[in-house]
Amino acid sequence: MTGIPMEHGLILAAILFSLGLLGLMLRRSMLFVLMSLEVMLNAAGLAFIVGATAWNRPDGQAMFLLVITLAAAEASVGLALMIQLYQRFRSLNLDSASRMHG
Amino acid sequence: MMALPVILSFLLPLAGTLILAFSAGRLGPKASSVIGVGSVGMAALATAWTVVNHTGGSEGITLWTWMSVGNFQPTIGLAVDNLALVMMSVITGVGFLIHLFAAWYMTGEEGITRFYAWMNLFVFSMMLLVLGDNLLLLFLGWEGVGLCSYGLIGYYYQGSANGWAAFKAFVVTRIGDVFLALGLFLMFMELGTLDIATVLARAPELWQPGSTTANLAALLVLGGALGKSAQVPLHTWLPDAMAGPTPVSALIHAATMVTAGVYLIARLNGLFLLAPGVLLLVGVIGAVSLLLAAFAALAQTDIKRVLAYSTMSQIGYMFLALGVGAFDAAIFHLVTHAFFKALLFLSAGAVIISCHHEQDMTRLGGLWRKLPVAYGGFIVGGAALVALPLVSAGFFSKDEILWQAMAADQIGLLSVGLLAAVLTGIYTVRLILGTFHGEPGSDHARHPEPGTNPVTHHLPLVVLAVLSTFIGAWIYPGLHGLFPQAPGDTTETGHTLLQVLAMGAAIAGLLIGAWLFHWQRDWLSARTRGGVGAVLWRFWHHGWGFDALFDRLLVRPWQWSVRMLRVDLINLMMNLPAVLAKAFNAGLVRSQNGRVRSYALVMVFGAAAILLTLALLPGGAA
Repeated sequence: MTGIPMEHGLILAAILFSLGLLGLMLRRSMLFVLMSLEVMLNAAGLAFIVGATAWNRPDGQAMFLLVITLAAAEASVGLALMIQLYQRFRSLNLDSASRMHG
Repeated sequence: MMALPVILSFLLPLAGTLILAFSAGRLGPKASSVIGVGSVGMAALATAWTVVNHTGGSEGITLWTWMSVGNFQPTIGLAVDNLALVMMSVITGVGFLIHLFAAWYMTGEEGITRFYAWMNLFVFSMMLLVLGDNLLLLFLGWEGVGLCSYGLIGYYYQGSANGWAAFKAFVVTRIGDVFLALGLFLMFMELGTLDIATVLARAPELWQPGSTTANLAALLVLGGALGKSAQVPLHTWLPDAMAGPTPVSALIHAATMVTAGVYLIARLNGLFLLAPGVLLLVGVIGAVSLLLAAFAALAQTDIKRVLAYSTMSQIGYMFLALGVGAFDAAIFHLVTHAFFKALLFLSAGAVIISCHHEQDMTRLGGLWRKLPVAYGGFIVGGAALVALPLVSAGFFSKDEILWQAMAADQIGLLSVGLLAAVLTGIYTVRLILGTFHGEPGSDHARHPEPGTNPVTHHLPLVVLAVLSTFIGAWIYPGLHGLFPQAPGDTTETGHTLLQVLAMGAAIAGLLIGAWLFHWQRDWLSARTRGGVGAVLWRFWHHGWGFDALFDRLLVRPWQWSVRMLRVDLINLMMNLPAVLAKAFNAGLVRSQNGRVRSYALVMVFGAAAILLTLALLPGGAA
């Protein structure tokens, strides 16, 4: 890993995060929104790993474990919500669940 | 033991009111009539007792101190002098006869208990008004009679026109009452008392004759008198007040309440003598009212409205007398007028009930054979109204007024008085011919049901008829010691000439009336149908258009300003926070669109904005 400079790793993480963010904001299907979220979480995790490797510190890797755990928990809740959404509206379109408008 | 009968004379009607009011409808019509008539009858007896035992001069009776605030200590105190006794006799005497007649008139009407409760309360208030030894007690009675007048004009409350008439009477007289109240405030401020005797003693000491304060005080009191006595310009309520039952019109709107203004000015004569200009104004207003009302009476078809305008006109005579300083003559005419106008109103009431509430002259007529008692009442009362020479009460009092005007060198007022005497003759003839002669105008007039009850129908009419002849003028005691000397008291030059003139005016009026309304009837009705005649008729029929004038001058601008005030600038400013909060609310509600994606979008931009701010801020996290 020493051959790759830290900037490249961080830029990759930023690109992944931005892609995830764009997907989160632009996609309508809940499945893709959840996937975008996973991408964003993994981008954050990548940034931790890059930092930990560059400075030779273990706490970045510990943070990555936490991020993965969080992602797993988030995915289980998100998938449960997705099933509910589909059962109610027969669609995965998030905009169909906009009945709670003011 | 002078005090007891005086106190009884006004407490008995009050007791009558209380019993009737608290019976809450449990008393039948018969019992209500007995209580209502009986209490005033006993008050009349108590008054007679007082009159017999009165030894002359002024006797004061202080019952208790009403309130005590600093040096303001009005009492519930009575002052019995000849003026008060004359007024008391008229109120309870004529009042009793009218109550008695009302027992016949109101038979079968709904709410007799309410009627008598108001009537008794009226007698009580009127007695307070004339008995009070201070102006505050007088004012209490003054407002009390106004309230009773309101309640009785609106007696037939189911017709909205009656309610409006009562409302109008209340509001218009209230304008006068405000002036009177201001006058009382001024007198208390300047003289430190409201006790009538003290006011009259202190005013000449503190005020120069003709000074501004004296003029102002007299003007304010005059304003009150104008409202109560229905003189120009506060007279518009009286013709509409005829919406009440006829005995009410007889008692309140002819014999007693409307003459309260005359009583007030006569009682405060010392004040008016300090303001000669205002006193003259009293006479001028009287003359104007006298003439306007006499013309208006010519063009009425409702017999009660004819009598209402005639009342206004006769009170004009009294004001004219006050204006030339002949207070005694004014009270004399007040008394005879109470007799003959009560008689005329009660006779009109007899006609109205006999003809099933028909009071339009064009629908009456030809009644003189069928209603002899009412006809007699109209003839005797009409003779007194016209001032038929020597045999009628009205002649003596009206002659006295005209003579005083002449002796005071008020030729203008005198000629108005003489002209109005002619007009009085004309409208009286028209009234009697229209009601009792000619062809009946409707089925009700063709088949009248004459009153037959000797006590409640015949007796009041006969007694009042007797009082309306020269006998009524005869029993008037005269109040010479009580008032300052009148201009005609010291001289007799020209009195005979004037009497001949006055007789001539009265008889000329009768002849012109008879000629116009008997022999020239067709010619006259053709004249009133088109051209100038029709315009004049309409103008006079609506009482010179005062109602329309006041409507344009006062009522509509008032309503306009109320509408303007409804769009209130300050109110708009007060509403601004509410309007802003609502606008914010609307904006925020729109942001809650329920779309998860837009929430995420807003969150991202919000986070970006915060990060950017932190980065750009000097000394920030970056």
